[in-house]
Amino acid sequence: MPEYLSEIAPAYPEIFLLIATCTVLLLDLFVKDYQRYITYIAVQGSLLFTAWLVYTATDSTTVVTTFNDMFVADPMGRMLKISIILITMAVFSYSRPYLKDRNMYKGELFTLGLFAVLGMMVMVSAKTMLLIYLGLELLSLSLYAMVAFRRDNSVASEAAMKYFVLGAIASGMLLYGMSIIYGLSGSLNLSHIASYLSEQDGLMSNLGLLLGLSFILVGFGFKLGVVPFHMWIPDVYHGAPTAITMFLGAAPKIAVFAMIFRLLAEGLGDMSVGWQQILILLAALSLFVGNIIAIAQTNLKRMLAYSTISHMGFVAMGILAATEAGYAASMFYIITYAIISMGGFAVIIFLSHKDSEADELADLKGLSSRHPWIAFMMLLFLFSMAGVPPTVGFYAKLSVIQAVVSVDIVWLAVFAVLMSVIGAYYYLRAVKIMYFDTAEKSVVAGKAGFEFNLLLSANGLAVIALGMLPSLLMSACVSSVNVIFN
Amino acid sequence: MIPLSHFLILGALLFSISIAGIFLNRKNIIILLMCIELMLLAVNINFIAFSHYLGDMAGQVFVFFILTVAAAEAAIGLAILVVVFRNRRTINVQELDQMKG
Repeated sequence: MPEYLSEIAPAYPEIFLLIATCTVLLLDLFVKDYQRYITYIAVQGSLLFTAWLVYTATDSTTVVTTFNDMFVADPMGRMLKISIILITMAVFSYSRPYLKDRNMYKGELFTLGLFAVLGMMVMVSAKTMLLIYLGLELLSLSLYAMVAFRRDNSVASEAAMKYFVLGAIASGMLLYGMSIIYGLSGSLNLSHIASYLSEQDGLMSNLGLLLGLSFILVGFGFKLGVVPFHMWIPDVYHGAPTAITMFLGAAPKIAVFAMIFRLLAEGLGDMSVGWQQILILLAALSLFVGNIIAIAQTNLKRMLAYSTISHMGFVAMGILAATEAGYAASMFYIITYAIISMGGFAVIIFLSHKDSEADELADLKGLSSRHPWIAFMMLLFLFSMAGVPPTVGFYAKLSVIQAVVSVDIVWLAVFAVLMSVIGAYYYLRAVKIMYFDTAEKSVVAGKAGFEFNLLLSANGLAVIALGMLPSLLMSACVSSVNVIFN
Repeated sequence: MIPLSHFLILGALLFSISIAGIFLNRKNIIILLMCIELMLLAVNINFIAFSHYLGDMAGQVFVFFILTVAAAEAAIGLAILVVVFRNRRTINVQELDQMKG
């Protein structure tokens, strides 16, 4: 193999996905409306092949950097990228009946989705602040357009506007922080920044670095959706079409986790005392606000949005432990959370039909008598979000709390458990509505294809299986984090 | 020669003006978009100043990317603005309040 080819080899998955996305965009021009399944198959095929390329391009023990140390392919990136791609494939598959009903089953939506996946993959592999920013913007710009995709819907366009403005502020804050860090360390490269910081004394009294760090954390707070930077989450989750909410609530969270890990743990690891304190505050506030306000919600999508905020508090808890076990716990949490939340929104899609979004809590009434299996799946997702064993949510919360306790921040662990108990109230209320309330009016039966039901069952069983055998995923998370630090 | 701190103060001022504009403005979404642009340009001043004084080209390259992304961002922002206007017949920030909770 010539040398320049081995240089770009670690980026083959991204390069392939870019070419495939452009091809799908062109292909879709020649496809008539009733042949849209051709586009769909091309999209899923491209994603599957990209996942296979990610799987083969790197192995699970080595860290490869390329493009002048700007791009890294490591076991963690490999795992996160494969999760992102598989979750996106599942989301596309879930969305199909919803999109068809609403005249949204268009090639453009899938192309935007593919570009978003490309952005996420770039974020996961970024080793410089430039690449982090470009990946983040590619993801965000695609998501803004996807939220606004129903252009005749006034609520969706309002949600898109709010998402756009707050997302742009977040990018601005992040960039300002990056510019200060660049100015002080003299490099955009995360490993150069890390070696610069390791040579400095008195990092915590260096006001410039602390200023840059704070701006970066504000940007992260917006993108992750932790309190007090959570304002956009409820409105965007509520206003966006359910299929888009499902998309932006699942895979992008994984990419944002990767971005935070790369910058904070790999780049600014020596300043962990500084970002630990800020993250403790953000995590505690998210756990509190997310769980308390969710109780007052009557809209299911809005309730899940507030529940997302509290879950992001848990993810922040794992990161702020700043230990290998903490990062691994956060990684486990974010991947399993993406799987669970995808399932929750899939049930809302199942309930909805052409004339109604069916996103109110009351729409769950009598679900168990109408569709016992779907209700059971929803029960699994809700239990998992609440953290009831043997679902995976329990183990995810346990490992994050363990990580925090092991660095002696016991009060935060106790607080998280208390807040989870409060959170259990609104999840169990939804379960009660499904199983014990009867629908007042006749309800149009949800209809979904065989593919949808099969996927939903697999999703629900994955929640149970990962809860019974968490080591399947957890050991991979732990070893991939270990490789980075050793 | 103008010292680095002057450029940084200019950047910080522009950044503060843009943030203030976003939070004080209650009338017009277009002003929000202008503030967002100003925010990115303030960051650009920072990057260029640092890049010049460090003698490192990477900062200037970053600025080119920010400018390009800002153009794409403005395009999407204006497109969403048009969609909002078609649905609402208004671009008043205070009237974007259909969702509550």
